[in-house]
Amino acid sequence: MTEFDRHSSGGIPTLDAGADPASLGPATPMSSGSIQADEFALVHEHGLELKARSQWAYARKRFFRHRLAMASLIVLIVILGAGVFAKQVAPYAYDQQDFAHSGQGPTLEGHHFFGTDVLGRDYFSRVVYGIQTSERVAFLVAFLSTLIGTLIGAFAGYYGGATDNLLMRLTDLVLTLPGLAVLLTAAAFMGNGKPTRVAFILAFLFWTGLARIVRGTFLSLREKEYVEAAKAAGSGDVRIMLRHMLPNAIGPIVVNATLIVGVAILTEAALSFLGFGVQPPTPALGSLINEGQNVSSTMWWLVTFPGLTIVLIVLCINFIGDGLRDALDPTQRRLRA
Amino acid sequence: MVTYIIRRLLYSIPVLFAASVLIFVSVSTIGDPLAALHQNPLVSKVTIQKIEDRKHLNDSLPAQYGYWVKDAVTNKFGTPLLQPGTKIWDDLKRVIPHTLQLVLLSEIFALIVAVGIGVYSAVRQYSVFDYTATSLSFLGFAMPVFWLALMLQILFTNIFIKWNVRIFYTSGLSGENAGSGLHFVVDRLQHLAIPAMTLCILSIAQYSRFMRASMLEVINSDYVRTARAKGLPERSVTLRHALRNALIPLVTVSALNFGALIGGAVITETIFQLDGMGPYFISNLFNQDAYAVMAWLMITATAVIIFNLIADVAYAYIDPRIRYD
Repeated sequence: MTEFDRHSSGGIPTLDAGADPASLGPATPMSSGSIQADEFALVHEHGLELKARSQWAYARKRFFRHRLAMASLIVLIVILGAGVFAKQVAPYAYDQQDFAHSGQGPTLEGHHFFGTDVLGRDYFSRVVYGIQTSERVAFLVAFLSTLIGTLIGAFAGYYGGATDNLLMRLTDLVLTLPGLAVLLTAAAFMGNGKPTRVAFILAFLFWTGLARIVRGTFLSLREKEYVEAAKAAGSGDVRIMLRHMLPNAIGPIVVNATLIVGVAILTEAALSFLGFGVQPPTPALGSLINEGQNVSSTMWWLVTFPGLTIVLIVLCINFIGDGLRDALDPTQRRLRA
Repeated sequence: MVTYIIRRLLYSIPVLFAASVLIFVSVSTIGDPLAALHQNPLVSKVTIQKIEDRKHLNDSLPAQYGYWVKDAVTNKFGTPLLQPGTKIWDDLKRVIPHTLQLVLLSEIFALIVAVGIGVYSAVRQYSVFDYTATSLSFLGFAMPVFWLALMLQILFTNIFIKWNVRIFYTSGLSGENAGSGLHFVVDRLQHLAIPAMTLCILSIAQYSRFMRASMLEVINSDYVRTARAKGLPERSVTLRHALRNALIPLVTVSALNFGALIGGAVITETIFQLDGMGPYFISNLFNQDAYAVMAWLMITATAVIIFNLIADVAYAYIDPRIRYD
């Protein structure tokens, strides 16, 4: 799917340029054999000792040093947190009408930061509630599609042969379906409205990318000695997959799940905008833009602010995904500045 | 080469068949196509009976599929479910050229600009230009299409209202008195400019990243170093040696994208009220006219398959390392 290609087509070079050449790169448990001589010297000079750290500790450290990703994470927590605590954050209820202040532009007066619509409903409050709906849908989509993708990919990669062939042809089939058309058709004929229904429809299309990635990883992990050892020790298939292989495939899974949240927010917004997604009166970011569309030439704020919210959320998620990709890559031992 | 094309053409037939089965089965089983009519008290049982008879809706699913395919092949998709007087093909014949105009205009422009940006970013890697282009394309990835379209629409509408300057139109395909000949073309371009710009911005974000990546790969290869070593001017190294090979992946991506856009400009066309494939699809979805929807899906699927084919053939033609057999 183009959405996934886009994200893999190139990292942001700002991050590469900022890598600290003198960063400490002592051994991770997996790569202890390949410490370079100059790194060793560096460690000695500063009188540091090699400390055994877990893979996760390194990943965490690398991520925390990733400035753009950390900044994005903070912004994202603020935005999504506002959605979670919509009741406390929003100055008004999302359907509270106030005809005395209808069609007002953005102003600090009465806390109408994003203005009001024709019915005098406060758009800041509506956007906050819209974030709540959209983030629920997006996280459900990410959870469901990660579950499906991991399961199918794991089974295909572990068992190989006919199972692999069958599951991968299924994946190919879903992958070639024209995404938006399928979503619209499904939403139109299945009857629509509930956020959970929308999430299920989206998840049905979004698991394919991950299934392929997990399959590839499992195919290569299957040949590893420790898997053979586990087999020799008498572990069952499920135990080997869950305890031994899955932790080693967790990097791409986490990155993919993160990016899917962003794609899901964009797609749900498009569906809701066209009127096939979440139905009113529940506000979603896409349907808010749809409502503002009719009066867009005079009340520009009704379209601008929900849209900017989407852009900001997705931008943050993409940066975080980028940071996670760099952090979780176990072949990368350098800590980023 | 000819046998390769013929073989690829033959491969497309089962794919097309599978697509038609998938489309028919999923649209027919996903819900009752006449559900809305059953609930409508103004529609008599006789009318529903007539529609059922006409489309053989009470037959078994395989039989229905047979009738549908027969209608599609011999009768150009036949009639829609709900308006027996009209013909599906008449509508499609009207909307397809409009979509093609829009998509061609935006894709050609996007390709030219994106190749320029991508090449320059790669040649001047980590320069201010490169950083700016990268940041902008990240912004492009994060932007919903419909929002971008609406923002452009608001901008140009307000320019018109404030200064009474009409550079571009913000909805519709033609003015009231579009005239003919050159006047018609100029008028059409004024109408298509903003929708095309919307599609363009998103395509540029994608293509320029792609171009940059493939250009970087080529620029660091041995034969480019050789070209430089034998004293060719830098310009000729970049444009004649590196660029030609770096373009190859872009051919595939843009061909696939083009195929998808034939049906995929749904949102943009709907917002700007262009009488293209998108609004046709959306309005039939709202009416729940299953037969018109299936015809649309079939056309789109065919477009995707054809452009897949074109991508493969073009790839084999451009890159001699790919063997035809």
